Amino acid sequence: MATLATQSPLPLIEVRGLNHYYGPPPGGHLVLEDVNLTLNQNEVVGLLGRSGSGKSTLLRSIAGLIHPREGSVERIPSEDCPDPSVAMVFQTFALFPWLTVQQNVELGLEAQKVPPEERRQRALAAIDLIGLDGFENAYPKELSGGMRQRVGLARALVVNPALLLMDEPFSALDVLTAETLRTDLLDLWSEGRMPIKSILIVTHNIEEAVQMCDRILVFSSNPGRVVAEIKVDIPRPRDRLDPPFRALVDDIYARMTARPAQAQATRDGLFPGTGIAMVLPHVSTNTLAGLIEEVDGTPFNGKASMAELADSLNFEIDDLFPMAETLQLLRFAELRGAQLLLTPAARRYAQAEVDQRKAMFGEALLAHVPLAQHIRRILDERASHKAPARRFRDELEDHMSEDFADETLKTVTNWGRYAEIFTYHEDDDQFSLDDPQ
Amino acid sequence: MKAERHAPRALPVFSRMLRLSRPSREDALAFALLAALALLVFRGAEGAIQPLSSLHLAPVTLDPAQLPYYALRTVLRMFAALLASTLFTLVVATLAARSKAAGQIIVPALDILQSVPILGFLTFTVTFFMNLFPGNVLGVELASVFAIFTSQAWNMAFSFYQSLRNLPGDLEEACQGFALPPIRRFMRLDLPYATPALVWNAMMSMSGGWFFVVASEAITVGNTTVTLPGIGSYLAIAIAHQDFRSVGWAVGMMALVIVAYDQLFFRPIVAWADRFRFEQTAGSERPASWLFDLLRRTRLLPLIFRPVTELGNLLLALEPTLRPRRAISPRQPNPWAGRLWQAAIWLSVTAVLCWTARYILSALSLMEVARVLGLATLTMLRVIVLIALASVVWVPLGVAIGLRPRLAEAVQPIAQFLAAFPANVLFPFAVIAIVRWQLMPDIWLSPLMILGTQWYILFNVIAGASAIPTDLREVADMFGLKGWQWWRQVALPAIFPYYITGALTASGGSWNASIVAEAVTWGDRHLQAHGLGAYIAQATTDGHVPQVALGIGVMSLFVLGFNRLVWRPLYAFGERRLSLS
Repeated sequence: MATLATQSPLPLIEVRGLNHYYGPPPGGHLVLEDVNLTLNQNEVVGLLGRSGSGKSTLLRSIAGLIHPREGSVERIPSEDCPDPSVAMVFQTFALFPWLTVQQNVELGLEAQKVPPEERRQRALAAIDLIGLDGFENAYPKELSGGMRQRVGLARALVVNPALLLMDEPFSALDVLTAETLRTDLLDLWSEGRMPIKSILIVTHNIEEAVQMCDRILVFSSNPGRVVAEIKVDIPRPRDRLDPPFRALVDDIYARMTARPAQAQATRDGLFPGTGIAMVLPHVSTNTLAGLIEEVDGTPFNGKASMAELADSLNFEIDDLFPMAETLQLLRFAELRGAQLLLTPAARRYAQAEVDQRKAMFGEALLAHVPLAQHIRRILDERASHKAPARRFRDELEDHMSEDFADETLKTVTNWGRYAEIFTYHEDDDQFSLDDPQ
Repeated sequence: MKAERHAPRALPVFSRMLRLSRPSREDALAFALLAALALLVFRGAEGAIQPLSSLHLAPVTLDPAQLPYYALRTVLRMFAALLASTLFTLVVATLAARSKAAGQIIVPALDILQSVPILGFLTFTVTFFMNLFPGNVLGVELASVFAIFTSQAWNMAFSFYQSLRNLPGDLEEACQGFALPPIRRFMRLDLPYATPALVWNAMMSMSGGWFFVVASEAITVGNTTVTLPGIGSYLAIAIAHQDFRSVGWAVGMMALVIVAYDQLFFRPIVAWADRFRFEQTAGSERPASWLFDLLRRTRLLPLIFRPVTELGNLLLALEPTLRPRRAISPRQPNPWAGRLWQAAIWLSVTAVLCWTARYILSALSLMEVARVLGLATLTMLRVIVLIALASVVWVPLGVAIGLRPRLAEAVQPIAQFLAAFPANVLFPFAVIAIVRWQLMPDIWLSPLMILGTQWYILFNVIAGASAIPTDLREVADMFGLKGWQWWRQVALPAIFPYYITGALTASGGSWNASIVAEAVTWGDRHLQAHGLGAYIAQATTDGHVPQVALGIGVMSLFVLGFNRLVWRPLYAFGERRLSLS
């Protein structure tokens, strides 16, 4: 493997100047911005990014399932691979519940009009390779999650694709099953037993990326862009506890928490939008309190590396980053490199009683979250101390999509209720200062 | 800290104490709407308690200016039936779910009543209700309301019963743990949990009711003919006078009314009932209603519902609190009581069947029974062929529409509107066509049976196709699945459970519709096909009760058999093998 990778790379797929938008053609929400990348033969490439960063969109563009509005995806023929094809493995397995394991695996061959007997043989071989023999007649419902993903893998491999695309293939599985499947896949790959030339895997698990990939492309969110390319030179098999492995994981955490240059002046830049137009992530006050307590306590004592935190709490970056960034927005924490440092206020919060905590949270909210300030000011100004939520939703929708507006308003409602700075009545869709009767 | 923060608000301004403030634009709008509604209800109800002679003094005319008033009367009838169905549902379905003994009678009875041809009952019910209020319009009104009621009540009750049987276990245990007394439990758990399904079913039932409005307002039984003011009668007279323009007016009015009560009544209720939906994942789009949003912004809504909530509170206050049981004593019901009860049920069912058979056979020969069975087979053939034809047309179209979300969103309400639209309105056109081209009524009257019910197939298929998960569609795309393989492995299995639901409804509806579709009149031209529907229709007109009873009995038997032997197994297969969850 290692010797092959050092030879001059043979390009397999080239992506040039990809731009993609959600929404009807003129305009729309930009999800991919100027993505360029080359996938070579004999390498495992990881696309690492947070949810909503457009990495799945990119994967589907390469698979030909989505046609990006601008740019091109080119499959490059070579001597030993005259017609590079792709096949994909899905996060949700995407098995047809009414077809048996065998029929699911034969699906692609049937579409290629492969004769039945050959179809059967090839499917059996793929099922065998992936360790599913004996389950040919089972329906997907009868299989565990790990088994189902093996079927998904066999179905993709049986059509002999040059490139295997994997869309967060292990994230719907429990930790143990995921680990087994990952190791099995890596074994098959390094022994060259799969008919594929290259793997492109989308993940939001940094350790998974470091463990599996030869090259990692880090994606930023809103819009999706490749912000870093990291070569992983750690020899295989890789050990998670190896210092170089840990160092690389920490390095990637640091890169992913790094703020974009223009947002340095204001911490608001963590989330897209400024002022009341800031998109707030759906993070519950309970988890925020839990995170503060965790970092405040031993062994962290107010300072934790993101990688360790993710490990000890069993969080993936999609869970942890929004929390850490919310703490930073509220000035309860500071992100320095891959380190999360609690501020003195947060350490006081960790020791405080319930009512004091609420008061501290409320102060932070009114001081640092413009939308909370805005709602509270309007409620204070009105004689009835009431305001329809519609009004704020409309204001938000001027700046962001309907979904983001909805999520942002839900978040600020949750935070405001906890801090008791305002409340919301679902029955008449209104914010008010009233206590519940 | 807490007290200090709330101190400035401890003394609210006076206006806030009374919860008064400047009325908003929404308040004014909502008030106007409600006032208009109240006025209409009183105006319409006035006419329903006149002496019977008033119908002759002011007979139904074809004057379009009268049409809004007729529409009002019809709509009030439908809502009266809906109210009755709801009350029936709450009482009967709850009883069936709570008491095992009652359930053993009620559930099979509902199941049978669901599949019985309701139109055939008109003969019996009209006579009954007219004798109840002799000489008053109210009796006939009630007969008409009852006809609509029979088209709504059974499936509403069934849906409610099924919701109560599928209550989430943890909530039931919580209620038991706190020893919630029955009424409180009903209001805190049963009712809210079952509401969304009930509302949805009521909406579908209301659509089904239109068919019977048209058939039940102008009733001829034997030599009695009563014509109630309403859209149905207007239409019947227009047809008798061969007046195309008036038929057009009636159709337009009906469309208007259907849109109006959908927007003003059902949409707000569906939007409101959404909060009771018991699901943890907030995946699907929440239903929206402009009227609900408007009412939500006013202070009138709590005021309107004050009587209802107060009634609930009163019931709760009157109910004695149960003390949690200290000692748990195993309750062992006497096994003999259960057996005795079952024996009693079987005995009475057998007795009723024997008595009916004897009554029919005393008036009719066995030859007649054989003939009716033959006619039923003819009608069954029609139903099967028509469902097959409708499926061939609507399944591919429905799938094509369902896979395009934006198109599906636009088409779905149209299909539902068409399902609500009483197809019997269009029958005269068929008569004209058949007479003009000298076609065979036995073949060309048949499509009328499915005219109104085919839409159930269409909108269920649309729903099924739009529920195909994106990842499965992507797999199909990725491998380039096309043609027959795509239909066989992707589309058909995915829509199958939905299709069966639609086809079952459509076939039941077609049996029912055969009573009006196999014998059609336009002015003095009368066309009849050979079939069970025509037989029942003829017997009703002649006032020949044993024949009607025989016809209904045979039709019920066929529908029940069809459901048990064809649809149920198919449905079970779909649930077992093809469901996506």
